[in-house]
Amino acid sequence: MILLRLFFEFAKTGLFAVGGGLATIPFLRDLGTRTQWFTDADLTTMIAVSESTPGAMGVNMATYVGYTTAGIPGAVIATLGLVTPSIIVIIIIAGFLQKFRQSKTVDAVFYGLRPASTALIASAGLSVATAVLVTIGGVSEHTFTVHWPLILLTVAVFVCMRYTKLKKLHPIVFIGISALIGAVFQL
Amino acid sequence: MNTYFDLFFTFAKIGACTFGGGYAMLPILQREVVEKKGWATDEELTDYYAIGQCTPGIIAVNTATFIGYKYKGYLGGVLATLGVVFPSIVIITLIATFLTNFADIPVVRHALTGVNACVVALIASSVIKLGKSTVKDAVTVAIFLVVLGLAFFAGLSPAILIVCAGVVGYVTRRLLKLGKEAEGK
Repeated sequence: MILLRLFFEFAKTGLFAVGGGLATIPFLRDLGTRTQWFTDADLTTMIAVSESTPGAMGVNMATYVGYTTAGIPGAVIATLGLVTPSIIVIIIIAGFLQKFRQSKTVDAVFYGLRPASTALIASAGLSVATAVLVTIGGVSEHTFTVHWPLILLTVAVFVCMRYTKLKKLHPIVFIGISALIGAVFQL
Repeated sequence: MNTYFDLFFTFAKIGACTFGGGYAMLPILQREVVEKKGWATDEELTDYYAIGQCTPGIIAVNTATFIGYKYKGYLGGVLATLGVVFPSIVIITLIATFLTNFADIPVVRHALTGVNACVVALIASSVIKLGKSTVKDAVTVAIFLVVLGLAFFAGLSPAILIVCAGVVGYVTRRLLKLGKEAEGK
């Protein structure tokens, strides 16, 4: 039965894909090849849509593949499959952490983990920045285009939300205004 | 308001406000979960991201489960997770039904470029907020810089870096007795 199969395929993806939504792509490509549920070209469309709509990208991908394969029930089942391993694994780890919260050893490990985790988030931010704010390649391999209007937008949002009264605004307001600026000025 | 409903609804809102991967979710989480609801602290968020990056599953889902579980046990973990995926199911189903060429529409592409530029600023601001509580002495500054360099320029796997940083934390804090709290004893 296809729904059961969808659930298990996505539970497998959820269990073996470690990291952000991009980590699920190799698993999905493999799934498409094995099952013929969708082609590589379909997958490319799904990635593009998942990136440009609200929601965590990995979840969007699961929903999209599930929908393509078996309609709305497929979308729901594939997404539930994706999150089931997370729920089980994280609840076990969270329970363990709660039990050992007072432990000096756990505390010492987290003392090292926290700056590393912060650095990984910074690194992800830098990756987005280099992907969006500059284009490497284009006309020839050695051209390097800096998108000044976008850099201006990034800096403007950053200054507004850190140093002005606008910092009280919800982040989604900045996202909405930036989308509007992007659409109007054809960034 | 019923706390379980609140948990589901808050995470649905977080899911609907996220553009990109789990990292783009961080600024929204800080606003909703840390500042508005007080369900977690900035330090706890960095802990959840650290663990979420080296355990099975995608970061956004892992973090939601963590916060939900901490606040309201098993049911909380499940509801927060269902909440964060709920908008995806609705929005993607609608787009897949009516607008398969959604990502090719010029106005969508331009708007998305604007959103991405904004997300860079949001992540930068979040990192500064987190850094205030996680990068506070010579050891943590060193870990931050080394991990940033290895992740961004050398492309090393986050899971490996997290495990190594944990070991460094253990060694400096427990064996060499460096770092803030150790001095206090």
